[in-house]
Amino acid sequence: MIDKTVATVTAAVADVSDGMTLMFGGFGLCGIPENAIQELVRLNPKNLCCISNNAGVDDFGLGLLLQQKQVKKMISSYVGENAEFERQMLSGELEVELTPQGTLAEKCRAAQAGIPAFFTPAGYGTEVAEGKETRIFNGKPHVMETAFQADFAFVKAWKGDVAGNLIFKGTARNFNPLMCGAAKITVVEVEELLPAGALDPNQIHIPGILVDRIFQGVNFEKRIEQRTVQN
Amino acid sequence: MALDKNGIAQRIAQEIQDGFYVNLGIGIPTLVANYIPENIAVEFQSENGILGMGPFPVAGQEDADLINAGKQTITSLPGASFFDSAMSFGMIRGKHVDLTILGAMEVSEKGDIANWKIPGKMVKGMGGAMDLVASAENIIVAMMHTNRQGDSKLLPKCSLPLTGVACVKKIVTELAVLEIQPEGFLLCERAPGVSVAQIKAATAGKLIIPEEVPEMRV
Repeated sequence: MIDKTVATVTAAVADVSDGMTLMFGGFGLCGIPENAIQELVRLNPKNLCCISNNAGVDDFGLGLLLQQKQVKKMISSYVGENAEFERQMLSGELEVELTPQGTLAEKCRAAQAGIPAFFTPAGYGTEVAEGKETRIFNGKPHVMETAFQADFAFVKAWKGDVAGNLIFKGTARNFNPLMCGAAKITVVEVEELLPAGALDPNQIHIPGILVDRIFQGVNFEKRIEQRTVQN
Repeated sequence: MALDKNGIAQRIAQEIQDGFYVNLGIGIPTLVANYIPENIAVEFQSENGILGMGPFPVAGQEDADLINAGKQTITSLPGASFFDSAMSFGMIRGKHVDLTILGAMEVSEKGDIANWKIPGKMVKGMGGAMDLVASAENIIVAMMHTNRQGDSKLLPKCSLPLTGVACVKKIVTELAVLEIQPEGFLLCERAPGVSVAQIKAATAGKLIIPEEVPEMRV
């Protein structure tokens, strides 16, 4: 068994530096790596390129990095509900590359799986396809998209073991499994870090080979963005 | 009388067949789930990673790890499954989802749709809409016939940045049910008490009017 544990978030994130490209799991605020984000706020690297489906809210998630003007470029599919983000984007301080959600997921998966590029029908005939190679397969036009190239992937899982094997919960899975092994270094925080052998190998969503560092997360707030209940 | 948003949802629910997997967009499409007949089996997909989505939770049962694509807390039904975003869009691009219902800012008479960006004003992003419209075989747009300024949203050509080209099959508004045909918008049904003249006045794109235009049954 190869042990992937690091003692603290500080040790897990220490070598992030200015100008790096970072991936963040999560959909909205669901399944975001809260501990890593807090540590990046403290560490305060600048000129970051962040790949994440969304950009958090003003006072939580990636919104915290935006508040400190740490983000130079954001690659996302949906960035609504964040006033500071909108202000920085409209003023030109922040570069934004909007990418269809399925294409964003596949660009992660391709990076994870060693596939440099792929064709998708999504975005054909729209401004997303501008400047990109297109090709017709089975009579239908497709757009060529390339795999992400990132320095770090920050992932949140439900349970993990010291070998880096991961299990996700509910819709907090989202982009998290796809970002494992999709960057040079994958850092995972878990709600429950277990010894090797504690997880059933049949139930593991992501094998430890795709994880470089794993640590026990603390103080997960797990904020709900749109609390909705039955009448 | 023109339908309200619930009426639009109720009419769209009639398009859903037994055994369908259905993706519902944000807004009016979400209301469609309230009108599914009890005698058919339908599963709702939410593209953030669930099949078998259930109703909103009762107060106190909200789970931060269980949300829909609109980021609202939801529940899962017996038989539900969770999956990652690549699997989710794999089942969408792979045409395993039978019906997609989404909102729009504009639809053209060729079936083009615009619903993600107003240059200089609103740039929230396309989310999963471009993947959905590029792949789904069966797309129904749920929207109001005109915008807040009273301008038609059914146009000869979209003026806003496109989400997808030649993809919409059917449109249900508060006034009418329309199908995209090679010649334009075919007027299939009108809302109870709404005249063909009213619909014609609210439609900027080419409208094909058959001799008989039945009233919707809602």
